[in-house]
Amino acid sequence: MSAIQDANSIVLRTEHLGRIVRDKVLIQDASFELRKGEVLAITGPSGSGKTSLLRLLNRLDEPTSGTVLVEGKDYRGIEPRELRRKLGLVTQRPYLLPGTVTDNLSFGPAQRGETLAAAAIQELLAQVGLKDYAGRDVANLSGGEAQRVSVARTLANSPLVLLLDEPTSALDEAAKLEVESAIQKVVLGQRLTCVVVTHDVAQAERLAGRALVLESGRIVRCGSVEEVLRA
Amino acid sequence: MLRLWFHSQLQLGLAQALVAALAALAVVVLARRRGIHLEVETLIAMSRGLVQIVAVGSILVILLRAPRWTSGFLLAGMIVAAGATSARRAKGMPGAFRVSAWAIAFGAGSIIALMTSAGVIDTAITSLVPVGSMLIANAMNTNGLALNRFRSEVLAHAGEIETALALGADARHSVSPYVQAAFEASLIPAIDSMRSLGIVWIPGLMAGMLLSGARPVYAAIYQFVVLAMILAASGLTSLVSTMMIRGRVFSDAEQLLLQPGR
Repeated sequence: MSAIQDANSIVLRTEHLGRIVRDKVLIQDASFELRKGEVLAITGPSGSGKTSLLRLLNRLDEPTSGTVLVEGKDYRGIEPRELRRKLGLVTQRPYLLPGTVTDNLSFGPAQRGETLAAAAIQELLAQVGLKDYAGRDVANLSGGEAQRVSVARTLANSPLVLLLDEPTSALDEAAKLEVESAIQKVVLGQRLTCVVVTHDVAQAERLAGRALVLESGRIVRCGSVEEVLRA
Repeated sequence: MLRLWFHSQLQLGLAQALVAALAALAVVVLARRRGIHLEVETLIAMSRGLVQIVAVGSILVILLRAPRWTSGFLLAGMIVAAGATSARRAKGMPGAFRVSAWAIAFGAGSIIALMTSAGVIDTAITSLVPVGSMLIANAMNTNGLALNRFRSEVLAHAGEIETALALGADARHSVSPYVQAAFEASLIPAIDSMRSLGIVWIPGLMAGMLLSGARPVYAAIYQFVVLAMILAASGLTSLVSTMMIRGRVFSDAEQLLLQPGR
């Protein structure tokens, strides 16, 4: 019974979330919820507000209306650094820090005064298919490898929810498949709760169980992938 | 050649100003040919500069006979004006004027106070105001460079900064490489001036002291003293302004406010 309750527990809920900047509506009245272990795809045309919504979830931008509840708690009451650790964001471009792959993976835990053990680094790298990359200089990585390091770096913070902002859009076809396969392995394999922004409907179908379609900052459809994307 | 045509000092000065301004305008025309438009800004800056310095020169004649305590008000007024001028180099950065004014007041003000109390700067208004104004002007330039560079660095690295924030870094840590870059870049002119002193240039103050009959060695040493004070005032100003401004580009919820295209 408790396992069923756990699986159904709502990890993240947005309530009439909105952001208007200088009379321009970026997001309006967005309400949805995310249950533990669920993967939600956010799709929509360019400029529909997909990235804006993800930035609001991570509180990189401030909502002008509504709020987000994380495990039932209004996220304005959570210290921003703790909130961003809990809602780990992987950006469209990896923006790796200069140094080695290990330096990058250790960055998040180091912000809380923690040291990431060598075994934990190896495990994270294995999850994204970069087993022997710990000592490599990030300057020598390909685009796909860099994005996989970026995913592992966010996972090093043990996030409650993983937020992926078009993680394969800046990559060529081969690298895109590598990264998507790594994400699939991590997210589906570990039943991680995840929000993935993508304009690629096929990718949304492969990764997510539920989907949400945005148009001009408004949610126009939300439901199971089959219902929403094949409608 | 101008001296043959103009016998009155005022006429000669105006003619010299005209020739120098023409040289500056020639550069503006050359820049325009390369598609760089500095016309309006240069014309306004030169007109303002000429009017201001002539006005201040005229007022100084009266003020230099005023009691010593008035120099404090003069220098405070200069600090406010310097703050407003260098804040313009930080377009879009919240609180730039306040940061600039405090940084210059602290950087230049504390060095002026320290050096005056140590007897390095004479307390006579004829000495304190010109030397103090040199420190304030250089602190202003350094502050403008620091803010401008910091702004450019933040705009160019918004992605890196937000990635660090998203990984749980605090706001100040996320911009620390750019604070350092701005601080270092802002001090290049002051350090290069010190490094090339006597080889590349002989500053006006030293030339003035020589013309007024000071011993060359003392004039040279005092010029070093002035440049060392400028370096100290500029460094302190830049340190304070970059420390203060780094917190201003973030909201209370540690969101980066200075973003490209916003």
